[in-house]
Formats: sequence, C-alpha cells, structure tokens
Amino acid sequence: MEKFGYAQSQKYDTYASRLMPREEFFTSGHRSCQGCGEALAVRWVCKAIGKDAIIAHATGCMEIVSSGLPQTAWMHPWIHVAFENTAAVASGIDAALKILARKGKLAGAPPKVVAMGGDGGTSDIGLQALSGAMERGHNFTYICWDNEAYMNTGIQRSSSTPFGAMTTTSPPGKESIGQSTWKKDMVAIAVAHNIPYVATACPSYPFDLYFKVKKAIEMPGPAYIHVLSVCPTGWRSATDLSVRLGRLAVETAVFPLYEVEHGRYHLTVEAPRLRPVKDYLKPQGRFRHLREPELDFIQRMIRARYELLLEKCRQPYGEFATVPFTPEPEQEVA
Amino acid sequence: MPETTPPSPRPLLLQGNEAMVEGALYAGCRFFAGYPITPATEISEVMSLKLPALGGTFIQMEDEIASLGAIIGASLAGVKSMTATSGPGFSLMQENLGFAVMAEVPCVVVNVMRAGPSTGLPTHVSQGDVQQARWGTHGDHPIIALSVSTTWECFALTVKAFNLSETYRTPVIILSDEVVAHTREKIVLPRPGELQVLERPRPGAPPEWFIPYEDTPRGVPPLPAFGEGYRYHVTGLVHDVRGFPTERPDEIAPLLNRLFRKISQHFHDIQMVEEYLTDDAELLVIAYGSVARSARRAVADARAQGLKAGLLKLITLWPFPRRLVEPHLGRVRAVLVPELNRGQMSREVKRVNQGMTKVETLNRIDGKLITPGEILARLQALSGK
Repeated sequence: MEKFGYAQSQKYDTYASRLMPREEFFTSGHRSCQGCGEALAVRWVCKAIGKDAIIAHATGCMEIVSSGLPQTAWMHPWIHVAFENTAAVASGIDAALKILARKGKLAGAPPKVVAMGGDGGTSDIGLQALSGAMERGHNFTYICWDNEAYMNTGIQRSSSTPFGAMTTTSPPGKESIGQSTWKKDMVAIAVAHNIPYVATACPSYPFDLYFKVKKAIEMPGPAYIHVLSVCPTGWRSATDLSVRLGRLAVETAVFPLYEVEHGRYHLTVEAPRLRPVKDYLKPQGRFRHLREPELDFIQRMIRARYELLLEKCRQPYGEFATVPFTPEPEQEVA
Repeated sequence: MPETTPPSPRPLLLQGNEAMVEGALYAGCRFFAGYPITPATEISEVMSLKLPALGGTFIQMEDEIASLGAIIGASLAGVKSMTATSGPGFSLMQENLGFAVMAEVPCVVVNVMRAGPSTGLPTHVSQGDVQQARWGTHGDHPIIALSVSTTWECFALTVKAFNLSETYRTPVIILSDEVVAHTREKIVLPRPGELQVLERPRPGAPPEWFIPYEDTPRGVPPLPAFGEGYRYHVTGLVHDVRGFPTERPDEIAPLLNRLFRKISQHFHDIQMVEEYLTDDAELLVIAYGSVARSARRAVADARAQGLKAGLLKLITLWPFPRRLVEPHLGRVRAVLVPELNRGQMSREVKRVNQGMTKVETLNRIDGKLITPGEILARLQALSGK
C-alpha cells in the first residue's frame, strides 16, 4: 500500500479510507488542543511521506505539543531547529545525503527530506531561508501548517492572519477592525521561485492532501505545500467544527485547493456553487466584531481572488517558462 | 489649585511586563515594534492596545532583526522607540544593536530572560544573557544594561532607560527575567511630572553650521530628527565628524574613544545600586533581578538570627558599577553572588575584588528561582557559626 502513489491514484474516481496505509508515523498521545486541525494534518502528511524520511521542524505549536519529554509523537528522524532556519537545515540535510550517495555510503534510495513550519515560521521569520532553499533547488518538500497566527505564544498576528481577524496584537476596537492587511500569498511567492510543485491543501480533504504530499515527495526538486490547519483555540471556534470549518473554507473559496505543477495551475477541489463567506466567518469568534461593510469587502475580495485563480487555471500556458527538472544521473561507484 | 490637581492615582495590580509598558508610555515612547516571544509577549500585547489610543504606532514585525531595525528608523525620525524580546530574539538583534551603538541611535531594548541556550526553557527563569548583553554584538563597544527586580522598577527603570538612551544617544538594554515579568504586584503609577523625563539633545546651531558628529564637552553630539532641515549621514561604518565613512587613523580612534567616553564620564548618572543593611555588614550578598528578591529576604532572616548580612542589589549591570561595589569589598569578610547562571556576574565581582575578600558563588541553572533558604544556608556556612 506504501507504493500506492500519485500516478496510481489517478486511475480511480473514488478512494476508500481502507486503501490508505495503516502505518502511523505521527502517533497518538501528543498534547495538542482538542479539535486541533494541525495535528490531523500532520498525521495525514506523515502517512503520505511514508518511511525513510528526515524531518526538520521549526519552533511552533506542533514542536511543543508533539515532542515534550519523555515522549515524541514522531516516528521519523526529527530535528527541532530554531525558528527561522528550517529550510536552511533541510538544505544541509539534502546536501549531506547527496554527498553520501556520491561516495556510495548510502544504500538504496536516499531518504526524503521534509521541512515543516507554522505560518509565522514560514511567511514571517523563515521566509528568507525558505526562499534561499527553493532558489538553490534542493530536493526537499516544505510543508507550512497555516493556523493563521502565532498560536504557540498566545494568538499574535502573523502575516498569514486573514483580514479582520482578532488576535492579541491586532485587537479590534474603535480605531481598529483587527488585522488590517490581507493574508500574505505564500503560494504565489513559492510559484515565483520557479519550483516544480506548489499546492494548497487542507486536512478536511484528506485524500486530496495525501496525494498532493505524495506528489510533492516524488517530484525531484523543491516542493511547497500550504496546509490550512483549523485552530479552535485561536480562531475561537467550537472544537467539533474543525473539519467542517476546513470544508467551509474551501466551499466559500476563502482557501481554494489547487496545485501548481511546473507553473500550471490546476484546481483540485472544485466547489460547484460557492457559499457566501459569512458561512465560514460566522462560527469563528475571531471575526465576531465584523460588520456588514467589512463582510462585504471580504466577500468581494475573496470572489475577485477566486476569479483570478480560475483565470490562471484556464490559461493554456504556465505561469513561467520551465522544463521538468532532471537530476544528475547517479554515478556508479565501483 | 486642588481643582487642577488630578486625584491620587489608584493602586494597580500589574505584572512586570505591563508595568514596563506603563513606564515606556510615561517616558514618551510612541513607537513599538515587536515580535511574539515567550515570556515577553505581554509587552507587545499591551502596547498594541495602548499605543494607538495615545497617537502612537505599534507594528508587529516579521522577526526580531526587523523589530530593532524598525525602532532604529523610528528613533531617527524623532520618536522615542522601544522593542521587547527574549533570549533567541535578543540573539537576532545583536547586529542592529551594534549599529545603534555605532550610529548613536537612542533606543530601548527589553530582554525578558529565559533559560537558554537556543530555544531552551521558554517558560522558565534564567539570568543567562548578562554577558551577552555586554558582549553580544561584535567589536569593542560600550553598552548600558539595567536590571529590574520589582514591578515598580519595571516602571521606573524603563523611564530611566529612556532618559539614559536619549541623553547619551545610545541603545539601553533592560534585562528583566521571567519571574519579574510575570509577578503581579501592587503599584501606584506616578502622575506626569513626578518622575524626570529627559529628551535627546537637539542642535542649537542653524542647519548650515551643523556638524553631526562633532565632539562636545559631554561627548554626546546633538541629534536632529530626519526632516527637520539638518543634513546628516547615518552609517554603521566608522565615520568622521560629518558622518561619512573614513579610514584615517586620526579620525577612527577619536570616534571610538568618544563613544566610550560619553558613557564613562557619566558613570555617576548611569551606575546605580541599591543598598540594604550594608552599613555594618560582614557578609555581603551581591544580587540582581529576581534573585535580589530572594536575597533580600535571606538577608532579613540572617539578621534575625544575628548574622551581620547585607545586600547590594545591582541595578546597572553594564557598565559594571565598580566604584560602588569596590568600597564594600574592602571591608566585608565574604561576598556571596547568587545568580541564575554559571557565574556571569560573579566573574565581574571577582575581577574587581582582586583578592580583597572571599567571593563565593551560588548558581542555579535548572530553570527554578534561587530560594531565600538556599542563600541563608550559604550565609550561615560563610559566617562559620
């Protein structure tokens, strides 16, 4: 079942959960909050990564809840690195694996290199290292857990916090509506690096998430996956709504699921009819102060961005000129 | 007059971090750039609430490098500015800290110390950044670092830090720690005018006569804000009196010497300690930060037992208040330096001591505070009774 990869998946219209691997690489017993969408995402992503991988993980919620003494929830070799240099450490791992392979000291296929970080560790403090690693073309997959704020230190805004959201450093009041800027488009930044694979995903669509990660891992060169992770603690939403909120984010086009393969946009989950954004915002306490004008602005902005995305998906040519990345043939060592 | 005097302020129950915000606002800080980090986050949070109401600006930056960069920019634009962080963020700030020293930009940097190195123990107390505050940024440089141990000091020393920073055109570091930052205490905030608030020296000469880095008797050249009509060049390179990069030895040495001299000739203003029962003390405890609170209790208990103990609480850590510590060393039987590191400040005490008296250390690096009992036990052992 391990070898049931992306190419295989394309032959079937439906997937059954029993077709998924049973092995757990992110085990139960970690200390995440009730209803944590991120823990759910990590579990599925680790299933998709499969055996033989090395993970570098930035400081963040997932590092704190999953690696507390004396247990760890991670079955993979796992490095917790400082906040800003996950991608840099992953670059080092990738370089070392290439050296070992060149010297013939690595039996079999080289382990997969995966870097993980939260939205703050990716789009704020870690952006420089991530940009460098993508530009150098290391063979690694970067996965961003986007819970849309610094939840670990107690809900501070990040550049990934959506417009209008309440956080402790973007408090709404007479003079402020909460977060006053639009969410940073990390996917577009990753695409602009001309890397072979970029995608958005959400654990509410586990099969979509699973196969996107598979594809990213199998693709040579850098890959970036942006995973929306519902955070009931920080979003002030009911803990039993985590999966539904993820679905609503997709159905309202707040967080459309798509992939960009060699610059070609492709919508992977199509909402037949978009729901109003209010459906998504209403269950979340962080948006409760928003009034009609702001809601209307958000609705129009979401719609406009979605139209633009659909336009990109319809384009017959890619976002940038590129040819598939071909790694150097492995040298035979006598 | 009674009508115009505002009523006596009500006592508040504030934690150290909140008191620091109050102190900064009292001193006239109107710009804050920060980045979330335990245990300093509350400073950012309260700033984000209070600054806009006072017409100030709070920005959450993308990292600590940017935080200090932003306040350097804001300070040069003419606004009193501050940032707050903890160990990992303080490490990232070191480059810009050196820039602020070299370009003589007034700014206040709060470091709420947590246990390190690296991510360390984010929620536990430590005093491990004391030497980093002194030597963290590269190159030979002067620095001012103050240490706080009570909520009142969080308020008053933040005001003082702004005064020192503005008067001497230098970055000032406030070393707080997790215990001080999160301890809630009663505090009565002073009314405006009760504490001294100083402003940076402004040029008196007309713009065409202005020489931006010319030496003055105080060693501190006046600082006009950007846009006031004065032209000057700001650089991290070694510069001449006009601010332009230079490689001439006869211009390099005077600049660097002046940077040191503007601090060293004002030691009487900068160096502060607090003495408690030191007049007739035979055993002296030298402590700072949260440990000074344990030490004070231990000294009081020791006195109750008949031991002649005293406490010298360091408020200014850098420049090390040698002239205030040395007289005590000459007359006490022994000195105990309790601190939450492997002896970063006791090194300094030993250096100044030069064999005058016995200097003992009491160190704890397990993320817990040194208790009064531990200090008392050492004092009893030192007394030989």
